[in-house]
Amino acid sequence: MYNFDVEKPTSIADAVAALGREEAQPISGGQTLIPTLKARLAMPSVLVSLRGIAEMQGISTDGQGRLCIGGGTLHAVVAKEAAAQYPALAGLAARIGDPAVRNRGTIGGSVANNDPSACYPSAVLASGATVVTNAREIAADDFFEGMFATALEEGEIVTEVKFPIPEKAHYEKFIQPASRFPLVAVFVAKFADGVRVAVTGASENGVFRWTDAEDALSSNFDAGAIEGLTVDGGGMISDLHGSGDYRAHLVGVMTKRAVAALT
Amino acid sequence: MPKDGGIGASSKRREDIRFLTGEGNYTDDINLHGQAYVFFLRSDIAHGTLNSVDTSAAEAMPGVVKIFTGADFEAVGSIPCGWQVTDKHGEVMQEPRHPVLAHGKVRHVGEPIAAVVAESLSEARDAAEAIVLDITDLPAVIDMKEAVKAGAPKVHDDLTSNLCYDWGFVEENKGAVDQAFKDAAHVTTLELVNNRLVANPMEPRVAVGDYARGTGDHTLYTTSQNPHVIRLLMGAFVLGIPEHKLRVVAPDVGGGFGTKIFHYQEEAFCTFAAKACNRPVKWTSSRSEAFMSDAHGRDHVTKIQMALDKDNNFTALRTDTYANMGAYLSTFAPSVPTWLHGTLMAGNYKTPLIYVNVKAVFTNTVPVDAYRGAGRPEATYQLERLVDKCAHELGVDPIALRRQNFITEFPYATPVAVEYDTGDYVATMDKLEEISDMAGFAARRTASEAKGKLRGFGVNCYIEACGIAPSNLVGQLGARAGLYESATVRVNATGGLVVMTGSHSHGQGHETAFPQVIAEMIGIPEDMIEIVHGDTANTPMGMGTYGSRSLAVGGSAMVRATEKIIAKAKKIASHLLEASEGDIELKDGAFSVAGTDKSVAWGDVTLAAYVPHNYPLEDIEPGLEETAFYDPSNFTYPSGAYACEVELDPETGHVTIERFAAADDFGNIVNPMIVTGQVHGGLAQGIGQALMENCTYDSDGQLLSASYMDYAMPRASDLPFYTVDHSCQTPCTHNPLGVKGCGEAGAIGSPPAVVNAVLDAMRSGGKDVGHIDMPVTPARVWAAMNG
Ligand SMILES: Cc1cc2nc3c(=O)[nH]c(=O)nc-3n(C[C@H](O)[C@H](O)[C@H](O)COP(=O)(O)OP(=O)(O)OC[C@H]3O[C@@H](n4cnc5c(N)ncnc54)[C@H](O)[C@@H]3O)c2cc1C
Repeated sequence: MYNFDVEKPTSIADAVAALGREEAQPISGGQTLIPTLKARLAMPSVLVSLRGIAEMQGISTDGQGRLCIGGGTLHAVVAKEAAAQYPALAGLAARIGDPAVRNRGTIGGSVANNDPSACYPSAVLASGATVVTNAREIAADDFFEGMFATALEEGEIVTEVKFPIPEKAHYEKFIQPASRFPLVAVFVAKFADGVRVAVTGASENGVFRWTDAEDALSSNFDAGAIEGLTVDGGGMISDLHGSGDYRAHLVGVMTKRAVAALT
Repeated sequence: MPKDGGIGASSKRREDIRFLTGEGNYTDDINLHGQAYVFFLRSDIAHGTLNSVDTSAAEAMPGVVKIFTGADFEAVGSIPCGWQVTDKHGEVMQEPRHPVLAHGKVRHVGEPIAAVVAESLSEARDAAEAIVLDITDLPAVIDMKEAVKAGAPKVHDDLTSNLCYDWGFVEENKGAVDQAFKDAAHVTTLELVNNRLVANPMEPRVAVGDYARGTGDHTLYTTSQNPHVIRLLMGAFVLGIPEHKLRVVAPDVGGGFGTKIFHYQEEAFCTFAAKACNRPVKWTSSRSEAFMSDAHGRDHVTKIQMALDKDNNFTALRTDTYANMGAYLSTFAPSVPTWLHGTLMAGNYKTPLIYVNVKAVFTNTVPVDAYRGAGRPEATYQLERLVDKCAHELGVDPIALRRQNFITEFPYATPVAVEYDTGDYVATMDKLEEISDMAGFAARRTASEAKGKLRGFGVNCYIEACGIAPSNLVGQLGARAGLYESATVRVNATGGLVVMTGSHSHGQGHETAFPQVIAEMIGIPEDMIEIVHGDTANTPMGMGTYGSRSLAVGGSAMVRATEKIIAKAKKIASHLLEASEGDIELKDGAFSVAGTDKSVAWGDVTLAAYVPHNYPLEDIEPGLEETAFYDPSNFTYPSGAYACEVELDPETGHVTIERFAAADDFGNIVNPMIVTGQVHGGLAQGIGQALMENCTYDSDGQLLSASYMDYAMPRASDLPFYTVDHSCQTPCTHNPLGVKGCGEAGAIGSPPAVVNAVLDAMRSGGKDVGHIDMPVTPARVWAAMNG
């Protein structure tokens, strides 16, 4: 780790101001950022901790019935407090990492980081959620721009994520045996007006919607409906843990299993 | 009735109180006054010419005490190799120089190039980043078969090739073996890879060097399984410090698994630098450094063949292995694929003719050496996979084929130079069939299939050679050390005992098990006995702990020393009781005169030894302290049979271990609970190798599995509840305790059972692929099922 200053603002406005300093970077749970710092792969001069900002904490429901989760909310809190309203999302949060990770890591950090193997981005995208920042609201479809890339501007922070609650949803995760992040995971959300299917872990471009499956499932919400549909292994991640073809195959299997769990 | 003390009792592990309450004293807990910290700048390329190391900017950085490079070690010895193998032509192996810090060339990712000693670790690291390296990349030598081709780039320019040795065993048998293959009714051939592993003890390596200018005494605190061996290797061969001026302390050590046997550069560096800087120098490995600097394990590429007659009797076996040495020869590396591997190729079978060829190869990778089982898992894996393949090719039951070829008469001299003293392979197989509930398998398979899963059952046998010895034999085989063990038993005036053993405990539970033996011999409570180990200053010269040798060899030394104690104590007792020595009996902590009610307590005799007022001073010296060195006459040969039951998800290739049964014969058992724990741990490592663990390099020599993000360790949820039985006991005939060793069995015996079970599951799904390499990951299973 290199040396850095730490700022601990208590409001979003103060955080944004602090982020205006040279080489400043936000830190939430630190579950991704601290290992990066320890490996000396990043050298921010100021870390702006978002942990003390009360307005970024907690879960509520808005006028449109959306589940609104503060950007600083811990995975463990989502696992517990979203269970009644959005069990698939709570279940996803409950299986991120281990208890230590879940009691430090935050939804804002996970969504902003957009690791191609992270869990949350699939839920955000499949739910058609809205990512709220200090400056604007960004639709999920516009937010995730590729591996570790998002629509966030320099110094912009995720303050909240608003999830429309589907009629039913399921997250099916096949773990990479070492890291236990998804090797491939699929979030299927069925709304009155259609089905959304988001895939994480698989693509070199990060989380994506499997639109062929969405179309098939929107007209026939049954695991059989995606029989014969395939994704191309070409753009898939190929590494120690599986080839692109294997991942492409798993996308189909996980989607089928997610739907089967709901029917 | 289970005993509540002594041999055979499941006494609770006394050392766990300090381990589980955070009271252990590990090397990293040792912080000496004025200590400085070292950070090693390690190579991030696999192979290159080291043109220059410019430390000038770094020297000026804050906190820097001194910076060392390879040039500082030119006058210092090479990190030595402790075993010299002679090849099939009678030539000794090629042995490269192994510098403390790289000089002239870098040969693997992770090799230390420079060392910065500074006031703090972060200052040392900052300064290391300011060191300017000029390295010209050379093509990396990674694939072993490519490495030995003519014209391949050489890891060591001063050697004739990348071939360390080409070993044939037993060379005189080769012609007869080849003839038997020509005459065979059936030949089964199998090519396989024994995957490279990283040991991953929970505690990473640590070294603290200290030097007392006033006396000229050196001390090294280090995470070692064998402090005396380190003292000898480092003192005599690297730094030129005689034993009486060098103390090596290995305090509590958090797991070794073999990788903490070896003498490493960092130990020599800290000892050297402490004198050069005139202050203590400490190094604590990070987990990332451990992946690229702890000796790795396994990494064999093998072709093995079995010849059978028309009645399915094994008539001959031959096997060719390429064994990866890595870039340098680690301490015992040459012995692992040869004497710890070739001598085990008979397994549990009476195959009359065997020939083993091993080519040891230098590559631009981390050195490879002993890892839990060391050579024996590699032998067991190839043999037991081959026997299973034979059975399937012949359409016979794999267990029946094994039983038909079992060795049933002991002692049995194998065609690969060892003599098994005892064993009962039929009994362990019978026990396995019972405890694994083979009869219920069909119903369990049906239940799995109803869920869309495949279920497979796999078995294997194993034999291992533990308690590595005797010294005169291993000397002939190339060991540059003896393999005895030592113990000093000191009886205190009031009757308590302290045993100073040359064995080292790094999780095995010696502090509990060793006292059980003495408690049994004397008839006193276990808590009257204390075990001291791990410090060359207060233990006799010993060879340390590895190869499941502690109780068989170290325990035997302790028994011999205790026998001397008892003999002397009887002399004292006979004097006190005014009886003849031959009539004195020791029972339940008291000496009595046979056939009378006259007796004297243990404590009265020990007191007399130290307060010799009424004492036969003309016959014996006062005091009660004895030392014994025990050099066994043979290895011990634990054996057993293991069964694994897996469920396989054909859609994803994911395999889960549903049941695992182990029937072992460890001879006599001192503490059944500790033995069970050792088997559990070994099984976890064997299953880890079979299903998950894989150390992988790319063709440029970059370590791809360099952290837990990519190197998969087994976790509790990956493992079943084991069924473990060690009631089959054929005691070892040549050590006083009749014990055989249990530390490695689980790791040796489990990988073939897992792979055999996976292949069985795949066959039940209509796919017979013949073989699949470890680790049997979901991706590999899926590819095999759909290939
Ligand atoms: C052992 C382990 C296992 C894990 N397993 C999983 C898993 O299975 N699935 C999974 O999805 N994740 C997993 N994670 C990652 C974990 O979920 C992280 O918590 C998460 O990815 C990052 O959240 P954080 O709050 O810790 O962010 P930090 O590490 O603090 O920050 C991550 C990045 O986001 C930026 N950032 C943080 N907060 C904000 C914000 N509000 N707005 C804008 N930028 C911000 C930071 O500057 C940094 O670049 C694992 C982590 C560990 C250590």
